[in-house]
Amino acid sequence: MTSLSVPHDSPLPASSRDLFALTKPRVMSLVVFTGLCGLLAARLPVHPVLGVTAVLCIALGAGAAGALNQWYEADLDAKMKRTAGRPLPAGRMDRQTALHFGIGLSTFSVLLMGLATNYLAAAILAASILFYVLVYTVWLKRRTAQNIVIGGAAGAFPPLIGWVAATGEIGLLPLLLFAIIFLWTPPHFWALSLFVKSDYANAGVPMLPVVAGVTTTRRHIALYTLAMAAAAIAPWAMGLAGWIYGAASIMLNAMFLVLAGAVLANRATEPGGMKPEKRLFAFSILYLFALFGALVADRWLVA
Amino acid sequence: MTPQDPGSEQELVRKRQRERARLMALLLGGFVVLMFAITIAKMSINQ
Repeated sequence: MTSLSVPHDSPLPASSRDLFALTKPRVMSLVVFTGLCGLLAARLPVHPVLGVTAVLCIALGAGAAGALNQWYEADLDAKMKRTAGRPLPAGRMDRQTALHFGIGLSTFSVLLMGLATNYLAAAILAASILFYVLVYTVWLKRRTAQNIVIGGAAGAFPPLIGWVAATGEIGLLPLLLFAIIFLWTPPHFWALSLFVKSDYANAGVPMLPVVAGVTTTRRHIALYTLAMAAAAIAPWAMGLAGWIYGAASIMLNAMFLVLAGAVLANRATEPGGMKPEKRLFAFSILYLFALFGALVADRWLVA
Repeated sequence: MTPQDPGSEQELVRKRQRERARLMALLLGGFVVLMFAITIAKMSINQ
């Protein structure tokens, strides 16, 4: 019988709970929802097994990208209160396990997507994982305050992947859905980074509030909100969606603009006075769920 | 900081290994079922 002795300087085998935590399950819920909405918005009869597999692949791909992100950023995560309890910085897992898990899951999700749906969807899924890991995590995050602007594209892929999984081609509507999430990401993350600014500053991450200050960040949030609202109303204005989406979109974007206006008007520099930022951050999550939910309802009931 | 008892550490390693082996078995079983379902779905589409 082989010995089970473990060197004292190496951590124990990772628990399945920590492997699950490596996939950033909370982020994954939004990714799965927008991917599913992209698939359903195509309004094509997709076999339920293939539809479920496509969404599963999107979830696994997002989880794999999250694992690889945590593998690369373990040093940064250790310096931030928000992330210090993750499996790697907390010392509950060794980095090699995270790397193998991330690469294995990425490969599996892409191959399964190609097998179950089509190769274009698999290629876009692969591109989204590589974009998140190489372009955002490795290249941009530690180098520029625009990290979240360009890196936001990674999170914008799921509805496009869902659509392509159903149709086999790229259309105007999924590109608009991509644009909505792409333009939604900066106000969402900058609102967060305003009230956890010191965390990012301590870790040396050049987020906009750290590099350019809170006033510039608030101005940027307002500008990106305007662009996002234009993109979000476009599907209805261009006749790609009906009145349900149009009404929901106008209402949700009006609320987003009011909250972004409150952020712009806020003069607080300490987290204690940043209620408008916290409200905007919380609402931005609800906004995306509601907007995409309205699109699916509209496409199936009206369009 | 007190050094951990090697016996209890070995037990924890065993426990984790068993837990991961069970999970892997479940995932592999699920994968087999999924591949079977995908094959049937593809066949029904092509008919």
